[in-house]
Amino acid sequence: MSKIFETPLYPYTRHADQDAAAPPRHKVIVIGAGPIGLSAAIDLANQGVQVLVLDDNDKVSFGSRAICFAKRQLEILDRIGSADPFVEKGIEWDVGKVFFDDRQVYDFDLLAEAGHRRPAFINLQQYHFEKFLVDRVRDLQDQGAPIEIRGQSKVEAIGQHDDHVTLEVETPEGSYTLEADWLIACDGANSPTRRMLGLDFVGRVFEDNFLIADVVMDADFPTERWFWFDPPFNRGQSALLHKQPDNVWRIDLQLGWDIDKEEEKKPENVIPRLKAMLGDDVKFDLEWVSIYTFQCRRMEKFRHGRALFAGDSAHQVSPFGARGANSGMQDTDNLVWKLKLVIDGKAPEGLLDSYNVERIHGADENITNSTRSTDFITPKSDMSRILRDAVLDLSEHYEFARPLVNSGRLSVPCTYDGSPLNSADALAGPAISRPGSACPDAPLPDGFLLNHLGDRFVLMTIDADAPDSFVEEGVEVTRLALSVRDDPTLALQRRYLGDAPSGVYLIRPDQHVAARRETFDETHFRTALRRATGKE
Amino acid sequence: MPDTLILTPNIEAADDFYADLLAAHDGLDPAGSDALNARLVLILSNHIGDRAVLAEALDAARAKSK
Repeated sequence: MSKIFETPLYPYTRHADQDAAAPPRHKVIVIGAGPIGLSAAIDLANQGVQVLVLDDNDKVSFGSRAICFAKRQLEILDRIGSADPFVEKGIEWDVGKVFFDDRQVYDFDLLAEAGHRRPAFINLQQYHFEKFLVDRVRDLQDQGAPIEIRGQSKVEAIGQHDDHVTLEVETPEGSYTLEADWLIACDGANSPTRRMLGLDFVGRVFEDNFLIADVVMDADFPTERWFWFDPPFNRGQSALLHKQPDNVWRIDLQLGWDIDKEEEKKPENVIPRLKAMLGDDVKFDLEWVSIYTFQCRRMEKFRHGRALFAGDSAHQVSPFGARGANSGMQDTDNLVWKLKLVIDGKAPEGLLDSYNVERIHGADENITNSTRSTDFITPKSDMSRILRDAVLDLSEHYEFARPLVNSGRLSVPCTYDGSPLNSADALAGPAISRPGSACPDAPLPDGFLLNHLGDRFVLMTIDADAPDSFVEEGVEVTRLALSVRDDPTLALQRRYLGDAPSGVYLIRPDQHVAARRETFDETHFRTALRRATGKE
Repeated sequence: MPDTLILTPNIEAADDFYADLLAAHDGLDPAGSDALNARLVLILSNHIGDRAVLAEALDAARAKSK
């Protein structure tokens, strides 16, 4: 068993807050030191907002759990620090194989588009991911940033007030009370915060169980994603084999909904299943095994007064498509800059309602995609199965059927179409960068575009004039002046201009496009900035 | 490819085509025939491609089942 699971990363120590005469007030408290809670806290601290993370444990999560991180999330990591340690440790992959029954029907290459700093995906165990985030927290602390993690600190009760929340925190040395102006609940699918506030999930769509195993082996399986529909070793269900760092393979075996979880988890039941899958002669060690039950649903609202929900606490999807941790990071990416403006008094509290609108749009998109994958993987009617099998049979011989094969639509950044923060599109430019989009990356002579964006409002001009900066109701915009003359690969032109001769983009602190127009117009962009900050 | 669904006679030698369609099912049990029909629908749908035309075809087929 690897040491990483046993080493306390943020062991409990007594804090002066526990002996305070009156409950100390914090600016933001985050509940949960998983990938989402840590990302939120790092993002806040980076921007100078005081933040305290409370976690009932003191170690990384046990077992690989979320293993597939998409490009957008690596870009977010770059914005809040650096994705380098994640990418260096992680495994890049681009070939997938699809099996049906007892045979391979086809393989594919993701053919990642060139001209992006980060790869389409990396595979990395959640425990490594969390460890790197804690490293980042320590770096920030060394730089004097206002961020702190308290381990073995379990929130037992929450009180909601107009302008703050109160928390009862249970520790090995008894409980104490804290106050926070804002609370971000990142405490996972079974969120105790959600329960304590009497809120629940709505719109349950289906339920399914997966046997998830981390297997250590020296086998020469290639670095590919193998997906089986209805294989002989797991009839009527699916299976996934994916490589992770350190010779750890991740195996997901779908079990269906009506199972005895304790029975399925026993090694005497797990090992024969794995042998049937990997072959009798392959030697392996079982590092971790778990039964994962997912539901496909979300909270009705992600904001409840001063309490904000992000990640699995707010929404849950099937594992197909790696849309769990990936969408959770898009939540905090969306939330933190808004919270910062509200805390600084530069935007009305109503701006936070756009977090609801935009991320519910994202959650619904993920639920739709994951429901469709599930309908393909586990057909719900005879005809659904006949059509599914026909698609798989045809995919073996004809390319046309392959896009219909759905083993999960891998996470791509959500575009906030129809968001109240968007201004009407005023550029005849490419759809990929329309208002609401996450900015696509592009190589520049001195690095990559996305490293110049983020954490503030940017006015990106491409062959257009504009002032170097302007301030509208306390919010400053700074210009980033670019030209297609410095566009070695033409990616900037292709992704932001299309046939237009010039373009001006108003880009939000989360690198999403708020407005665009062919040329600068002061009234247009001042209005767009007010709209993007909840003032229109 | 026309951009609306054709619902007037459009198959040359219609009787010959119909005989080919029946012959394609020769020797198949009901499950085999269902599978063949499903493959055929997918192949023809891909050939049409146009989502609006496919939507019209789905509507026309569903209307007959009422």
